[in-house]
Amino acid sequence: MKNLVILGAGTSGTMMANHLVSKLDKKDWNITIVDQYKTHYYQPGFLFLPFDIYTEDQVKKVGEKFIPKGVNYIQKKIEQIFPTENKVELEDETLQYDILIVATGCKIAPQETEGMKGENWHKTVFDFYTYEGSLALRNKLRDWKGGKMVVHFTEMPIKCPVAPLEFVFLADSYFTKKGMRDKVDLTFVTPLGGAFTKPKATAALSHLMKEKNINVVTDFNIERVDNEKNQIVDYGDTTVDFDLLVTVPTNMGDEVIERSGMGDDLNFVPTHHNTLQSLDHENVFVIGDATNVPASKAGSVAHFESETLTDNILLYIAGKPLKEEFDGHANCFIETGNNKALLIDFNYKYEPLEGTFPIAGIGPLQLLKESIFNHWGKLAFRWIYWNMLLKGIPIPMVSRNMSLKGKKIN
Amino acid sequence: MDSNIAGIRVDVTEDGYLSDLSQWNKEIAIEIAKENNIELTDKHWEVLNWIQEQVKNEVALSIRSIKKSGIIDIKEFYDLFPGGPLKISTKIAGVPKPKSCI
Ligand SMILES: Cc1cc2nc3c(=O)[nH]c(=O)nc-3n(C[C@H](O)[C@H](O)[C@H](O)COP(=O)(O)OP(=O)(O)OC[C@H]3O[C@@H](n4cnc5c(N)ncnc54)[C@H](O)[C@@H]3O)c2cc1C
Repeated sequence: MKNLVILGAGTSGTMMANHLVSKLDKKDWNITIVDQYKTHYYQPGFLFLPFDIYTEDQVKKVGEKFIPKGVNYIQKKIEQIFPTENKVELEDETLQYDILIVATGCKIAPQETEGMKGENWHKTVFDFYTYEGSLALRNKLRDWKGGKMVVHFTEMPIKCPVAPLEFVFLADSYFTKKGMRDKVDLTFVTPLGGAFTKPKATAALSHLMKEKNINVVTDFNIERVDNEKNQIVDYGDTTVDFDLLVTVPTNMGDEVIERSGMGDDLNFVPTHHNTLQSLDHENVFVIGDATNVPASKAGSVAHFESETLTDNILLYIAGKPLKEEFDGHANCFIETGNNKALLIDFNYKYEPLEGTFPIAGIGPLQLLKESIFNHWGKLAFRWIYWNMLLKGIPIPMVSRNMSLKGKKIN
Repeated sequence: MDSNIAGIRVDVTEDGYLSDLSQWNKEIAIEIAKENNIELTDKHWEVLNWIQEQVKNEVALSIRSIKKSGIIDIKEFYDLFPGGPLKISTKIAGVPKPKSCI
């Protein structure tokens, strides 16, 4: 018997378990998946929880429910990977593997910034990238009387790089609905030179910021949070005052990657951009937020990756060359508030373009334009996530490689 | 795009970054620095060399990589290239504008 071990039962790991269980011969292969937590969180929901759009129950479920029969599920902490010995050490047992899939994701590291995780953490300084942070923020917002709200992110890469922008748009419509928008001064602070990482999308989004009366501070590299003056301070000594700071701290791969000596500065695993094989060990593959590939860290990306990776694991087992197929394809809805959303579709090579999606010339979804249809698409994503994505069911009409059909290239 | 810096014809991008590092020389650097009100000192040259090394080795530049460079801390970096240090220093060094630009 041979062993395939998947580390992490989040979005990527769960998808890989579902793909592989029907593809690997049960007579030859044992599949094992390991995760430390019982709960599987729907992280995109953390964006909606603070605004009472989703409830707690809509964003978490028991993880094991999504692991298919025939896959051995272990709920334990992973202590260390020994890639040259083909073994993984858990809390109290050791697993041997023939093939390893690293899907340990990434998480916030507020400790990287002085003062961020200080005395005001989850009092006036919040994150919304964790369940705890998102929930604490919801409770705070329910009876917040207004003032200066600053929405900020620390440095790239972060998962779902549009989430901070979406947060500020949703905040605008939340306060408007509550009849208190005039009591809230909204500011978006970014280390980038513009509203988003890609120029065309930045132009579309900057326009929306203006329309919604949201101040934008660009090129801001945070040095520290000043908990006495309630300010964020950047290295050039520029400051921004806040009454309520909603920040996305530095995102890093799990410490297990560091302990195993397998990551870069931010604990991301060096990975081939197109095959998803680790660069250092041929029987180790990496997927999702754990990789260092220059694609967005998003569930949709992990979904496209999982299709390429499944094929490549089978090719690897058959001793054949791997497909250099993954193109960095990402497909993300951007909530813009007032029940509207934008949709962007892009890859390593092409930045988000205008057009229609998924059917060229018809849509119904509009790329890079605000529409109510797109907003429904975003909300439908939660259902798709629990019922299709995690189970590895292909999403109709959306292919793993990006299509240029129906897009305006100039 | 064509441009003329310090009397030398060079290829530049829309926002004035050299497209080809091999066209770069010290006169060009001094000229671009001047446009940004910077007079280059030994420390500046050290940083510019380091930046060019990183780019030649295909290491992505970021504020974090400066922190770990061992030759300068971020405060000094801001002092040397006030405003947007990474944006300005890469322009002077003749390398592409970093994606996560400060
Ligand atoms: C606020 C927010 C909004 C988002 N919005 C969107 C969106 O709209 N669309 C979209 O496509 N994506 C979105 N994302 C991103 C998406 O959630 C992630 O990209 C996706 O979950 C990545 O999957 P993953 O499997 O790589 O990592 P994860 O799902 O994070 O899974 C990693 C798993 O590994 C486990 N693990 C790690 N280390 C250990 C260890 N040492 N021992 C045991 N277990 C371990 C963890 O417990 C976890 O379960 C959003 C994310 C956030 C935070």
